[in-house]
Amino acid sequence: MSRRFTPKVVTANALIEGDVIYLTADDRWSKQHHEAELIEDEAHAEIRLLFAQAQPDRVVGPYLAEARPGAHGPEPVHFREAFRTRGPSNYAHGKQEAEAH
Amino acid sequence: MYRYDDFDEAFVRNRVAQFRDQVERRLSGALTEEEFRPLRLMNGLYLQLHAYMLRVAIPYGTLDSRKMRQLALIAERWDKGYGHFTTRQNIQFNWPRLTDVPAILDALADVEMHAIQTSGNTIRNVTADHFAGAAADEIADPRPVAELLRQWSTDHPEFQFLPRKFKIAITGSPNDRAVTRAHDIGLRMVTQDGQPGFEVVVGGGLGRTPMIGKVLRDFLPQADLLPYVEAILATYNLLGRRDNKYKARIKITVHETGLEEFRDMVEAEFPARRALFAGGDQELLAQIEAAFAPPAFRNAPVDAYETARAADPVFRAWADTNLAAHRHPDYAIATISLKAHGETPGDATAEQMRIMADLAARYGHDELRISHEQNVILPHVHKSDLPAVHAALKAVGLATANLGLVSDIIACPGMDYCALATARSIPVAQKIAQRFDELKLEHDIGPLKLKISGCINACGHHHVGHIGILGLDRAGVENYQVTLGGDGTETAAVGERAGPGFAYDEIVPAIERLLRAYLEQRESREETFLEAYRRLGPAPFKAALYPEEGRRDAA
Repeated sequence: MSRRFTPKVVTANALIEGDVIYLTADDRWSKQHHEAELIEDEAHAEIRLLFAQAQPDRVVGPYLAEARPGAHGPEPVHFREAFRTRGPSNYAHGKQEAEAH
Repeated sequence: MYRYDDFDEAFVRNRVAQFRDQVERRLSGALTEEEFRPLRLMNGLYLQLHAYMLRVAIPYGTLDSRKMRQLALIAERWDKGYGHFTTRQNIQFNWPRLTDVPAILDALADVEMHAIQTSGNTIRNVTADHFAGAAADEIADPRPVAELLRQWSTDHPEFQFLPRKFKIAITGSPNDRAVTRAHDIGLRMVTQDGQPGFEVVVGGGLGRTPMIGKVLRDFLPQADLLPYVEAILATYNLLGRRDNKYKARIKITVHETGLEEFRDMVEAEFPARRALFAGGDQELLAQIEAAFAPPAFRNAPVDAYETARAADPVFRAWADTNLAAHRHPDYAIATISLKAHGETPGDATAEQMRIMADLAARYGHDELRISHEQNVILPHVHKSDLPAVHAALKAVGLATANLGLVSDIIACPGMDYCALATARSIPVAQKIAQRFDELKLEHDIGPLKLKISGCINACGHHHVGHIGILGLDRAGVENYQVTLGGDGTETAAVGERAGPGFAYDEIVPAIERLLRAYLEQRESREETFLEAYRRLGPAPFKAALYPEEGRRDAA
């Protein structure tokens, strides 16, 4: 029996800024994890990843990251993905910097 | 200090122009990411977890005030106002935009700096003893040779696609402060019958398969250096494995081939290589040596130093901890700690960089060094100037008196920045430093090398820490393994794993138990942690790390 597909989001880094970005259901790239499209179907995930890979002028290294539903939208599962939603822990830089303003 | 000649200048400027064009072609879609990636890496530009990262070489760790001020300017204009000094005497900027990088490279070229070969499977920045040219225990300044190696290795057509990256370190002192035995090639200056030469060590390295380098030649005459190193590289280039990234470093090549056979192959290659060098390299070396002539040391009374020592306990504590013996009796080597308790190891703000540049210009014969231990050094300070230097450092949070102590931690960027990391390093270093500062124990504990890596690649040199910490991902949770008894000096040793790893919130208490056990077990204040470990073996330290097991055994 094949392993059950776990929900995913499509994430990448923005070409110019390098910032972490997420693919939304309406085909935008958002800096916010909770705005990402939570993909619960494997075939659809592959289609969305292909869609992301077809935008090399905007994004670098798109991949599928595990996520789960949350109160305000998808939440990261792994700690690496959780760090990517915020920025480093030693300074309030990255996404957390923008949120502080 | 070496100054670029017209060739160097044109080469670096051409590279910037090429890279500017490459960035434009990437943005226009003419280059795919797959095509662009090796080009940006050749110029030190990585894409990390949250942003791009530009790694700039600081050849053999030497800077002057002009270069340091330019790094400050870059940090402010194109980054977030700081830079991170690394274990390979580089500086990393963590937040550049892709479109700004050509301008940054131009700004670097303005002060004779670049980011070439700070990535990729090439010969990387040649590192050296950070006390080079100043240390009392030195045979000769290794930096002219390091500069010769830099020029030879830069854009060397044969060695641009090696099986894997290649790191060379050099020391001119018998006390190895450059971790030469953990490099692909380590060079230690020695003399034989009055002639200068090198002990050539090969196949050291950390990473997932840590190995201490092996002596390939116990004496290589100085004039034979480039052809011999070229013979090593050529042999490795042919033999080195390209089928498996994890077995591609020269340490594996030497291990799998056997030292004797590898040596025979190098020696067989050597004569043909030597024939290609018609002495031009030695003429060049002579010119380079002139650029590294020692500064005009000042003869002046040192009373002000003694007076300040007697009067000011804060200054005395700093002087006792952060100064090292200079070859000139009236001078000292002053290390500026970038390890203030709770701060990020190796980070300096633009303001701090400017203060350090000012101090170098005013009191330090305009020289600065970056150590692989992520500190900054003023290598030539007249002792009478030390109180003024200390006061200026104190005003900007740079006077921490903790050199070589538990809070003088090497830490890689870890998962706060690095795309390869499996766990965070920086906050663990911050918490350990803060904890021992609260306990006021670090001066009592004395000399200790604590090194933290956030993944198995070991940029934080954990294998050669007296105490090493390796951050891993264990089933989706950060987990920290402890190694004990490592040593990065001339008595190099790889630390031994103590046992199962600790969770993120357990690692600091574990280190505290470990060091309390050392304090209980040591024979005297003079016996360092490493000496105690070598005398006692791991048992009492493991018992401190894993008290639960001891209780289970006793039950």
